[in-house]
Amino acid sequence: MAPYLDHASTAPLHPVAREALLAALDEGWADPARLYRQARRARLLLDAARETVAAALGARPDEVSFTASGTQAAHLAVSGSLLGRSRAGNGLLVSAVEHSCVLHAAERHEAAGGTVVQVPVDHLGRVTPADYSPGPGTALASLQHANHEVGTIQPVAAVAAVLRDHRPDGVGSTDRPGGDEKHTGPVPLHVDAAMSVGRIPVDRRALGADLLTASAHKFGGPAGVGFLVVRTGTRWRSPLPADDREGGRVPGFVNLPAVVAAAATLHARTTEMAAEARELTALVELVRARVPALVPDIDVLGDPDPTGRLPHLVTFSCLYVDGEALLRELDQAGIAVNSGSSCTSSTLAPSHVLVAMGALTHGNVRVSFGRGSTRADAERLLAVLPAAVERVRAATGGAAL
Amino acid sequence: MTAGATPGDHPEAANAAGRDGTPVVVVEARGRPCPIPIIELARAARDLGAGTVLEVLADDPAAATDVPAWCRLRGQDYLGARALPDGSGTAYRVLRTAT
Repeated sequence: MAPYLDHASTAPLHPVAREALLAALDEGWADPARLYRQARRARLLLDAARETVAAALGARPDEVSFTASGTQAAHLAVSGSLLGRSRAGNGLLVSAVEHSCVLHAAERHEAAGGTVVQVPVDHLGRVTPADYSPGPGTALASLQHANHEVGTIQPVAAVAAVLRDHRPDGVGSTDRPGGDEKHTGPVPLHVDAAMSVGRIPVDRRALGADLLTASAHKFGGPAGVGFLVVRTGTRWRSPLPADDREGGRVPGFVNLPAVVAAAATLHARTTEMAAEARELTALVELVRARVPALVPDIDVLGDPDPTGRLPHLVTFSCLYVDGEALLRELDQAGIAVNSGSSCTSSTLAPSHVLVAMGALTHGNVRVSFGRGSTRADAERLLAVLPAAVERVRAATGGAAL
Repeated sequence: MTAGATPGDHPEAANAAGRDGTPVVVVEARGRPCPIPIIELARAARDLGAGTVLEVLADDPAAATDVPAWCRLRGQDYLGARALPDGSGTAYRVLRTAT
């Protein structure tokens, strides 16, 4: 038994995805932009996939574009909004705990002369909505739906309300006479929902998001499919060379079989995720409750309230522990988990999420359950963890401190 | 030298030593990756009485978060940080409490 407890990095292919992918490889190979019968069949599959995704995310079909990844979707959402809103200003508001794809898009913007303001988080990793009050010249705000390292759900709808009520030109919700409403209107909000789509309900309208992005492989869809939702009326301009595909938002021939599989999987997830979330919440609660008693000097991170976090992941940091060594110990025992510790990252920098939270950055372990995870998986982790931590601590002189 | 040095062993630390004359125990952890600076801090603190000020010298970026986090988890008082004048790292100050 080798528990895979890293579903937050990527989920194994869902059976619905496999079935849909195989069928679509045969049925959906033609160019959906052409006019013959094979093309029409492909077009029907693409349209149906778009309708399915739109319905699942609270969007209109023409607001949905398929991208090559969640990262590409986020890049296009951020860069395209900044370009489309350049007359309103060059300010970008992002939380300090965004996924690196959003922060890298922000870095690019800053390098090109734009302004980036990072919104801080509390010790749970959550922003305060009032901190999203936009300053003059703010073109875009970006906030994740839920954090990828600690699972904290962000107050997205409240942030959207702050953006609606506090216009960066300081005139409140009153339109300036003769003003260009398209440029002085509310600052649009991009929501990175890569961690939440397919795990908990995600509704663009309910969240108040103008742009929403996600990734299929995170919930059991195939790799190579991201979702980019741009609300009708949102100013957006492609930062890439022109192309007709995907409403002019994503250049290149669409990976139709993978898109069909992604849409079918998302549809399946919407019907099964509520029951699964109850089961996974129980596993997370088990780990959260037992780990502090089993391992001395451990800090369980994220929101203790289950309604304030994703159902499937739990993160903790072990004092005096080399995170990379701990991952190796757990791998030896057949347990796959991830870590935000600096020694496990390519840059040797500690996780910006843990730093922003003021959490212990070393000895960090993220456990994420998913489809098919059982209580035995959680029990196995709890059985193996204490001795693994003890061995790592002993090796570096960190035992009995 | 890892722990338990006196301020006199390290000029920069001595310069910053308690203005009120409080003894400062320096923990040298420059060049050591996380979690070693925190392990050295804990080892030094274990042998010291309440009221002692420890100063951890580290260049690992994780120490900026992990020293205050250690203080929070172990009930110690975090006093603050300052960059070392020669650019070789940062000095983090901790007050050893009774716990």
